[in-house]
Amino acid sequence: MKGKITVNDQVIDWRDGMTVSDVLTVMNYTFKLLVIQIDGKNVKRDDWPTATVPEGADVKVIHLMSGG
Amino acid sequence: MNIGEIKAAHKQVTRWEYQPGRIDKGYNDRTLHIDLTTNKITEKPVTALMKDKFVGGKGFGLYLLWHATRPQTKWNDPENEIIISPGPCAGITQYAGAGKSLVVSISPQTGGIMDSNVGGYFGPYMKFSGFDAIELQGKAREDVIIVIDGTTNSVTIETAPKEAIDSHVLAEQLTEMYAKDEKDKMNVAVVSAGTAADHSLIGMLNFSFWDPRRKVARLKQAGRGGIGTVFRDKRIKAVVCKTTGIKPNWNNVVDLNAIVERGQRFQKEIKELDDKQCEMRDKGTAHLMEIMDAYDLLPTTNFRFGKAADIGEDINKIHSNVLKSLFNLKWRDLDGCWFGCAMSCCKAVDGFELKTGPYKGHKVTVDGPEYETAAGLGSNCGIFDPLHIIEANFYCDTYGICTITVGTITAFVMECYEAGILNKDRTGGLELKFGNSAAALELIHQMARGEGFGAIAGRGAEYMKKYFADQGWGDRQFLSDIAMVNKGLEYSQYMSKESLAQQGGYAMTNKGPQHDEAWLIFMDMVNNQIPSFEDKAEALYYFPMFRTWFGLCGFCKLPWNDVEPENNREKYPPKEAAKVPEHVDNYLTVFKAVTGRDLDRDGLIRMSARVYNFQRIFNIRRGYGLRANDAQPYRACGPVTKREYESRQERYDKQLVDWMGMTPEAVAKMTIEEKMAAHRTYRTDRYEKLLDAVYKRRGWTRNGVPTIAWLKELGMDLPELLEVVTPLQ
Repeated sequence: MKGKITVNDQVIDWRDGMTVSDVLTVMNYTFKLLVIQIDGKNVKRDDWPTATVPEGADVKVIHLMSGG
Repeated sequence: MNIGEIKAAHKQVTRWEYQPGRIDKGYNDRTLHIDLTTNKITEKPVTALMKDKFVGGKGFGLYLLWHATRPQTKWNDPENEIIISPGPCAGITQYAGAGKSLVVSISPQTGGIMDSNVGGYFGPYMKFSGFDAIELQGKAREDVIIVIDGTTNSVTIETAPKEAIDSHVLAEQLTEMYAKDEKDKMNVAVVSAGTAADHSLIGMLNFSFWDPRRKVARLKQAGRGGIGTVFRDKRIKAVVCKTTGIKPNWNNVVDLNAIVERGQRFQKEIKELDDKQCEMRDKGTAHLMEIMDAYDLLPTTNFRFGKAADIGEDINKIHSNVLKSLFNLKWRDLDGCWFGCAMSCCKAVDGFELKTGPYKGHKVTVDGPEYETAAGLGSNCGIFDPLHIIEANFYCDTYGICTITVGTITAFVMECYEAGILNKDRTGGLELKFGNSAAALELIHQMARGEGFGAIAGRGAEYMKKYFADQGWGDRQFLSDIAMVNKGLEYSQYMSKESLAQQGGYAMTNKGPQHDEAWLIFMDMVNNQIPSFEDKAEALYYFPMFRTWFGLCGFCKLPWNDVEPENNREKYPPKEAAKVPEHVDNYLTVFKAVTGRDLDRDGLIRMSARVYNFQRIFNIRRGYGLRANDAQPYRACGPVTKREYESRQERYDKQLVDWMGMTPEAVAKMTIEEKMAAHRTYRTDRYEKLLDAVYKRRGWTRNGVPTIAWLKELGMDLPELLEVVTPLQ
């Protein structure tokens, strides 16, 4: 997809150099217990600020449960 | 009045002595029965069947209540019971969160079987005193206290005319009265209610634990479903349990070393990871405030919206950091409601000066607020004032009413006020607009006095929605749509509109819409991990069964998934990671180490399923527990008002295209009313399909009745259960 990525099945705008942390900001994902996968591969928490998301990527931001 | 004068007014009604117990593998193998009508106190054996099929905790409560009552028994009939049972693992101190009790009774609100879990010291102390459960039956003729004294192996019933009724006073009076000295206060636990439990159907029970650092009796709540009302209807002021002190292996477990090893491993996780994860030690469950707001899940003005900003408010006013700044964190890592709990989530505000009510000007310790309390009494009522939340929290606790229930009730009447269904004439002068802190607090005080509009509100949202319609004050359908109540119980504080699975997680519960069976919103709405009906049904099988198990054994749910091992997310695929497999393995290990019973993950689910189906059938025996009882209010499912639709118009319009197959052009031509009608038809139908899928997965008929084949497979084809379900197959 030109200029887009998919995050948890939602299509959002992509920009060059977009990092995992940027995606979290755009999606307003503030929860801490997350698993993040780009095209099926896990990205470690320490790498979120620097790991870039390629155009057209399928990003999964899995929120584990707490609360309740 | 001093304690000596209060005690001097006691008259002993009955004294019963018993042989000292010895716990073996987590069980005393006997329960205590107290009949307040005849003042007869007896002990009963715990049978092999009870341990095998019902395990303990909620299982024992349900089993004992089934045999104590008839299908026609009402909540205020003498034969109704309150049963408190802690479960075989309760009372261990080497693994976090092992001090829970389950309280079971016929509910004044629902007519069905209520269960409520609670921390504090009473359950374990009762077990150390010789009993795996207590049944409170009958009705006293005047206010009494019951004293279970494990130091003398005696149980007494005493008249108690001079004690306070409100819990924060009563718990301290009785702790002082029954402790030998200051140090001995740790060995006294009190169960009590409060003055609002006398005058409402939403009474709850406080379970005390003495805090030697603050020098106050702290309170944990068995909140849901009105069990405090049953307690006061029996004229019980309090139940006191006294023990000789904590021993390392009082449960006489099979393998203490195994428990110690898992406990230490878990403590290390808390120490190293909690500050980076949920901050339970700093904030308790209140850490969820801004998170729920960010995800559109924080109930705001009676579940209309999911964010503070929707009503022009600022979530930062009640942000978890604000609440944290009000908590006294001097003893941060010692704020557990049972010994050895490293999670330490029982936060408290100390020296809080009350501004209203009978204790105005008093400086008190307030337990909480937890997330549910802050959301219910705060955002859901449009009140973004932390000091209001703390004051309302205090009064709900000491008056003996459930903060969750009061929050949802108040939010409902505020929306009614805003909609013109209520006005000052109808509320006796209370201007119950959203955001009106003074009116919300006065409503609580009226509930305690049994006066004015508070006496009506204290009957609950189910009653009020019918009452208002009967008076001709509002449209019956609208009132049913906005009263957040299912099975007669008010919803707890999460938005379920955009999570079909959570709609089931709330409305398909046995007791009513409390989140302790299943919390699936992230998995469903945010992660989109369970897209199909079958996926959701699987989640609505696994999680309610898994979480039921905590209440059978005496565990708290929070240490399961409010911290997770550092490598949990890397080690397991996401769906499996959500189950926190290493913590599940801890529980299996600890259970076996306590009881000697082998258990694997499938066995755990089956163990819970037996009790879960029993409770379903118990409700069916009482005329509930069928498909019709799993219906949800439309507010839980979709937008009721234009304002709600317009607040999320882009989302809802897109759903008309994506979900319902309409063209954008067709959507553009529709009125808001037409769009709302289309959503209602679609969403309502979708919930019915979910019911079908879940019932099938749970082994139930399309009417929600457990099938005989499923009961046989579970080993729960007991004659008394088959008698109920056979005509309904």
